[in-house]
Amino acid sequence: MALASTDTVIRTGRTSRFIIYTVLIVFCIYYLLPLYVMLVNSLKPLDEIRGGGMLSLPQEWTLAPWGSAWSTAQIGVEATGLRPYFLNSLLMVVPAVAISTMLGALNGYVLTKWRFRGDTIIFGLMLFGCFIPFQMVLIPMARMLGLMGLAGTVPGLIFVHLVYGIGFSTLYFRNYYAQFPDELVRAAMIDGAGFFRIFQRIMLPSSGPIAVVCIIWQFTNIWNDFLFGASFADFDSQPMTVALNNLVSSSTGVKEYNVHFAGAIMAALPTLLVYVVAGRFFVRGLMAGSVKG
Amino acid sequence: MGFLDIKNATKSYGTVKVLHETDISVEEGEFLVLVGPSGCGKSTLLNMIAGLEEVTSGEIAIRGNRMNEVRPADRNIAMVFQSYALYPNMNVAQNIAFGLEMHGVVKAERDKAVQGVAELLQITQLLDRKPGQLSGGQRQRVAMGRALVRDPDVFLFDEPLSNLDAKLRVDMRTEIKKLHQKLGRTIVYVTHDQIEALTLSTRIAVMFGGYVQQLGTPKEIYDNPANMFVAGFMGSPSMNLFPAKLSAADGKAFANFALAEGGTGSLAVPDPALARHDGRDIILGIRPEAITDPDGADRNSKDIHHVEARVEITEPAGSDTFVVTEFGGKEVTGRFRADVDVKPAKVQTFAVNMEKAVLFDPVTEERVV
Ligand SMILES: Nc1ncnc2c1ncn2[C@@H]1O[C@H](COP(=O)(O)OP(=O)(O)O)[C@@H](O)[C@H]1O
Ligand SMILES: [Mg+2]
Repeated sequence: MALASTDTVIRTGRTSRFIIYTVLIVFCIYYLLPLYVMLVNSLKPLDEIRGGGMLSLPQEWTLAPWGSAWSTAQIGVEATGLRPYFLNSLLMVVPAVAISTMLGALNGYVLTKWRFRGDTIIFGLMLFGCFIPFQMVLIPMARMLGLMGLAGTVPGLIFVHLVYGIGFSTLYFRNYYAQFPDELVRAAMIDGAGFFRIFQRIMLPSSGPIAVVCIIWQFTNIWNDFLFGASFADFDSQPMTVALNNLVSSSTGVKEYNVHFAGAIMAALPTLLVYVVAGRFFVRGLMAGSVKG
Repeated sequence: MGFLDIKNATKSYGTVKVLHETDISVEEGEFLVLVGPSGCGKSTLLNMIAGLEEVTSGEIAIRGNRMNEVRPADRNIAMVFQSYALYPNMNVAQNIAFGLEMHGVVKAERDKAVQGVAELLQITQLLDRKPGQLSGGQRQRVAMGRALVRDPDVFLFDEPLSNLDAKLRVDMRTEIKKLHQKLGRTIVYVTHDQIEALTLSTRIAVMFGGYVQQLGTPKEIYDNPANMFVAGFMGSPSMNLFPAKLSAADGKAFANFALAEGGTGSLAVPDPALARHDGRDIILGIRPEAITDPDGADRNSKDIHHVEARVEITEPAGSDTFVVTEFGGKEVTGRFRADVDVKPAKVQTFAVNMEKAVLFDPVTEERVV
């Protein structure tokens, strides 16, 4: 493998390499341009933006739009900035991701290693749940949350995301554990380990790569969700996405584009961070697996 | 009552019965091998002893105690799996110690036990490695170490050598035999390899189609197969089986069969009682080593008979040459000494040791004598 790739590098001539890099750079610019626009404009005073030249660097660098977006901007009727909503999102996303990943792992373990009558039907139903459009469950879910006394609260939102998340996390873990030899579980049974002990000592420690995939997926989906947040949250439990929308649409008088840009970047940062941090573990996990085989 | 008793045990999946009524009583210190082709129910029976599969009817008992409802962990058994089933996240020492840990043995004692087993199996230098960093043979040793450390009543092996290459397989076979002689523990061992069965076992259960076809010592199984399946399955190259017709003359019985070049071969059958079955069709079973060149015949046998037949092909195998001819329309292999000059298409004298011949009924495939 290593030999083959050095070989290719040597054989590609200067011109072809030039073309490859040019194409790649063009794509990079294309994808990064929006981020660039957001970033530079979030660091300019409002006058500069209105003077035109969205693409130019700030003449006068300022962090004021960031401060405003974070703590003083008008969100809906109150001038609180995005801070409390950022906190809401965190309070929602962390338990929702943790619990749905844990339950997915447990489900995957049961569905592959402790099979029971009707397990494929149950798995089928969970899969089906993954593909139900969000809009369809809005009204029944609102009614359920009302009955449970969770309407308009952060725990209510956690519950909704949990219900939607378990289908996917179960799918991930089930497929991963299906390749895990049954003989390992049998050996552990003979060694004297019970249901949870096998899960905790043998299955979980080997689940790194799939857990990272699952966490990235769940985090991105739940953090970026707008529909459930807009439908089921009250003013004091709204997530970041809804607050950002309110920030952008609620300003009376002048549109503070620089503040909006700063807020939008803030809303995107956590998912970016998860990719950067967990992505590396993901690749590492994959490498470890491939070397082992 | 033995040490390990399988009493009238059966196994069904739904309406499919994969193991029919089976009775085996294993004495303490015995090495019982379950052998048979793939799908015959060997693993199923082993897993029933382990408690990994439920017993549909009948009973499994160890030391006289009924085990049917006992969890695998509480049966005081240990098992070595075909894939070794080493826990990938634990190093070798942790793998070996896991069973002790789960059974509540304190750390200091666990370490001592692991050390002892590692020395016995010569894997001390591997204790810190993960299974992924071991070769096939090393993994095999670790899997055995994990079983040995528990010091169980019964060791169960499910095709433990079939993932190793040929050379290593022979070495490990010898090593398992040594371990058994040294430790004297009770072992039930599953394999599809009849040579493994013959070399390792004190007793063999030959299985086919969910039935135990024959249970006996390696010698009994080899010399006195109960039916045509056992005769054909055990031994390599396998026993020659060809149709013949009995006839009687002078109070003696003869087996007659067609030869390839025309004419009839006739061999006197040792048991004169067969003379009253004049005209009966039988299948004659003779192992290749009982069909030799005249000078290579067993000098202690009183029943060497000669047959002139045309040689089809010869297969030199170093120490011996296998000579193929045709009796009763079937290919028959004889084992000649390597320095005998045999040429294909020539007529050659075959010396048949009829003391070792066995007769089967062509319909029931059971032994006649
Ligand atoms: N879980 C199961 N459900 C249905 N049939 C099974 C199951 N496990 C094994 N069998 C069948 O039982 C028979 C014996 O299997 P097994 O004991 O594994 O054979 P082997 O002698 O190769 O070890 C096979 O025909 C197999 O198809
Ligand atoms: Mg098997």
